[in-house]
Amino acid sequence: MYKIIVLAKQVPDTRNVGKDAMKADGTVNRAALPAIFNPEDLNALELALEIKDRYPGTRITLLTMGPVRAAEILREGMYRGADAGVLLTDKAFAGSDTLATSYALSCAIRKIGEFDLILAGRQAIDGDTAQVGPQVAEKLGIPQITYAEEIISLVEKTIRVKRRLERGFELVECPLPVLITAHSTAPECRPRNAKRLMKYKRATTLSERHSASDDYLASHLEKSYLAITEWCAKDVNSDLVQLGLGGSPTKVRQVENIVFQAKESKVLTAGDADIEWLMQELITQHTIG
Amino acid sequence: MNNVCVYCEFEEGRIQDVSFELLTKGRSLANQLNCKLEALVLGEGLAGIENEISKYGVDTVYIADDKRLYPYTTLPHTAVAVGLFKETKPQIVLMGATSIGRDLGPRISSSLTSGLTADCTNLEIGEYEDKKAGRTYEHLLYQIRPAFGGNIVATIVNPDNRPQMATVREGVMKKEIISETHKAKVIRPDINQYLREEDLVVKIIERQVESSKINLKNSSVIIAGGYGVGSKENFNLLYELAHTLGAEVGASRAAVDAGFTDKERQIGQTGITVRPKLYIACGISGQIQHIAGMQDSAMVISINNDANAPINKLADYVIQGNLENIIPKMIRYYKKNIK
Ligand SMILES: Cc1cc2nc3c(=O)[nH]c(=O)nc-3n(C[C@H](O)[C@H](O)[C@H](O)COP(=O)(O)OP(=O)(O)OC[C@H]3O[C@@H](n4cnc5c(N)ncnc54)[C@H](O)[C@@H]3O)c2cc1C
Ligand SMILES: Nc1ncnc2c1ncn2[C@@H]1O[C@H](COP(=O)(O)O)[C@@H](O)[C@H]1O
Repeated sequence: MYKIIVLAKQVPDTRNVGKDAMKADGTVNRAALPAIFNPEDLNALELALEIKDRYPGTRITLLTMGPVRAAEILREGMYRGADAGVLLTDKAFAGSDTLATSYALSCAIRKIGEFDLILAGRQAIDGDTAQVGPQVAEKLGIPQITYAEEIISLVEKTIRVKRRLERGFELVECPLPVLITAHSTAPECRPRNAKRLMKYKRATTLSERHSASDDYLASHLEKSYLAITEWCAKDVNSDLVQLGLGGSPTKVRQVENIVFQAKESKVLTAGDADIEWLMQELITQHTIG
Repeated sequence: MNNVCVYCEFEEGRIQDVSFELLTKGRSLANQLNCKLEALVLGEGLAGIENEISKYGVDTVYIADDKRLYPYTTLPHTAVAVGLFKETKPQIVLMGATSIGRDLGPRISSSLTSGLTADCTNLEIGEYEDKKAGRTYEHLLYQIRPAFGGNIVATIVNPDNRPQMATVREGVMKKEIISETHKAKVIRPDINQYLREEDLVVKIIERQVESSKINLKNSSVIIAGGYGVGSKENFNLLYELAHTLGAEVGASRAAVDAGFTDKERQIGQTGITVRPKLYIACGISGQIQHIAGMQDSAMVISINNDANAPINKLADYVIQGNLENIIPKMIRYYKKNIK
């Protein structure tokens, strides 16, 4: 039986950026991008769920920092098998870079208390930075295993993990507690479970309940598992100076649209004459040959 | 003190190319800042390594040769780098955006509470005006990188915290030997003052790393295939053309994701950056993230059956039609006309 915390982020779906993703002034039109569960965080959740399959009684807590609507991914995770969700939300977090984010997350993890394993995605697709995992590990003073593809074994307090490297792999062993980041080649996350969907459909955070009807709230009083934990900066005893824009060493100086220099191109057909002409041209120019 | 330092990655008996590329960039930054260029090499079996590194114009190289530092594991490398940086106080630290650099960089940055920007595509020196605080900073490192899936470019600065840290992918910077005879000063720090027993908890049980067989970056002609190639079998056409021309085969991410070819061949923002004499794009539409990795090619030929494919705008020659017909003709007419 293990206590596992999974770090997950709600991100704009930058993989399917449409034409309307950029506004005329060159800024990003966030509203045009659907918000999704960061893909590699789903791989992280699956690695946690596999451990839970092997060791029933294992408890998985999903932790996310973001705006109130980020509770959507907590519910999504609960439909797929997570036991509880924690939303960390506060204006004080706005503008956090990876260092301020990992500080806030590490405070929330301390507040959650005991854990054996923390699982995160390798990187979030909104920035592709891959920094928050290792930074959280450093803040908590625990080792890290990045780019996990498979958990080979977990016996008592020792874990063996296969890591995916650029040109190969590595098998490493480490004592718990440890933070592991999941690579996209780790198993895909299982789909929602119909029973869990019914059970957790109405799970909400305090902010969401503020705007709910009375009988909705009545159902909540009976079922405590429907309450998603919501914490602000003060709840997790964080030092305000280390949060948000002020707590971020990196600042964005400038953002620019990308413009490529168009060339004057010569258009050819697939006909034999055109192709032969081009190959002769390339040979005479000494570009090839 | 306050120099530019490059963490040099040592793997399979050699310093990785990306480190030489960063040393070259680091040399030019150090010249602009009027400071020294330092290199840090951690590993085992490093005899003579300073000679390889010196050539890139390094002033001081820190070498720690110890079996606890090879193969790379996070905690020992972090402990030594952090310990050393606390004493040498570099203003800039650069490392490769590799499996190692992206594991180590954030750990060091968290430990030193310094800002780190991943995957920079350019590094420059410049000033920064903090309007709110009414303060201007001079000689900061501009860390320039694509953001939001590559649709915009952001310039990031770290005004107050040091070191200013950045990772850069292989191929993005050019490597250049400054002088074959230049000799760097060698310092061999005693790592026992930094390493603790707890840093050795992660054990490597097995490790298989191959050195790359594909040499895209140094090929003067690249035949790149995209999703439009259609299948793994059709990629054989590209290998054949490459073989005929003495070229190397690259790919778009869509082609890699579809399983037509290996990830190692991917060109672009999340792949490798290339600058060949000739780039032949076959069935590649030319999305911004792909163009980011090939826009400096001297000449571009696009083979596409869509006259409006965005890549055509960058091309010197556009061949309109199906690549299945065109590539065999290129092979035929090259063979016919050569010599
Ligand atoms: C964060 C992020 C990072 C990314 N990084 C990269 C990266 O590093 N590298 C990269 O390449 N992409 C990257 N992408 C993906 C990129 O956005 C595109 O999806 C990808 O480059 C498209 O590949 P493609 O041009 O091969 O495919 P498509 O866009 O599907 O284009 C296929 C082309 O083939 C043509 N075609 C079809 N059939 C034929 C035929 N028979 N003969 C001739 N032409 C034909 C079509 O007209 C079309 O132009 C990234 C995306 C994101 C969000
Ligand atoms: N705001 C957040 N809330 C929870 N987890 C996060 C957050 N930001 C990043 N993470 C975790 O850290 C990983 C790496 O993120 P990044 O450094 O932004 O690429 C993600 O895949 C998540 O698992």
